[in-house]
Amino acid sequence: MAKIRRKAFVDRKHCVACGCCVKVCPMNAIEIVRGVIALISAEKCVGCGKCAKECPASVIEIREVEA
Amino acid sequence: MKKRWYDYLWIASLLYLLLGFFNILFAWLGLLCFFIPLIISVAAGTKSYCNRYCGRGQLFGLIGGRFGLSRKKDVPRWMKSSWFRYGFLIFFFAMFFLMLWNTYLVFAGARELGQAVTLLWTFKLPWNWAYHGTLFHPGVAQFAFGFYGVMLTSTVLGLITMVLFKPRSWCVYCPMGTMTQLICKAKNPKIEK
Ligand code: SF4
Ligand code: SF4
Ligand code: SF4
Repeated sequence: MAKIRRKAFVDRKHCVACGCCVKVCPMNAIEIVRGVIALISAEKCVGCGKCAKECPASVIEIREVEA
Repeated sequence: MKKRWYDYLWIASLLYLLLGFFNILFAWLGLLCFFIPLIISVAAGTKSYCNRYCGRGQLFGLIGGRFGLSRKKDVPRWMKSSWFRYGFLIFFFAMFFLMLWNTYLVFAGARELGQAVTLLWTFKLPWNWAYHGTLFHPGVAQFAFGFYGVMLTSTVLGLITMVLFKPRSWCVYCPMGTMTQLICKAKNPKIEK
């Protein structure tokens, strides 16, 4: 049976690329790509939800995915 | 996470607001918060100003986060919509150019120096205690009063949305943030949104 893991996803359309999420991620999983959007590495992300709480635009969602 | 020197730039932002109470001419320093983000986005094509160096964002993060002066609720949907963000950017710059026009009138001698700071584009706060004359033209002081008004207005709006929503809600509709993101988008068209 596949394992269920929690991962963060960004609503790219509404991300303002402020970088607040980058600062709080304990895994260093987030990168702001050329001032346009936040990109989360699914490999590094442990789904802790810190970024989602911090994001001023509330555009990060933690979803359960099969990994 | 380890603190870097630029994590303390909120002190500069706070100092800026305080200095304007003592001598309005310090308001000129605020131009740094206009040109640095623009230069970074145009030259490097990134939002490193927002991502690292912006003291104002840090200040909201500190007051709303560390000191807890924020309800930490989601901003309303319309606030992150493109039409609101771009609309506010246009409005903000229209008001900015109006301020420049008023400064020009003082430079041209068509108008007297007004020793007031305009808050929220409406309320004129008497601010004469922070003016002790200038070695330069009165227009130099007029720009300082006008520019300080722009900075104070955005701080007040930022504080209101900090309390109502997330600490750094201002960053969702901050004109500098929106503009630098637009420039980055134009410079990096391959990154899809
Ligand atoms: S905090 Fe939110 S809006 Fe800001 S860069 Fe991260 S995902 Fe985007
Ligand atoms: S959920 Fe946690 S680990 Fe994943 S990106 Fe957000 S802060 Fe980093
Ligand atoms: S969006 Fe505005 S306030 Fe926020 S970090 Fe960028 S320049 Fe600073």
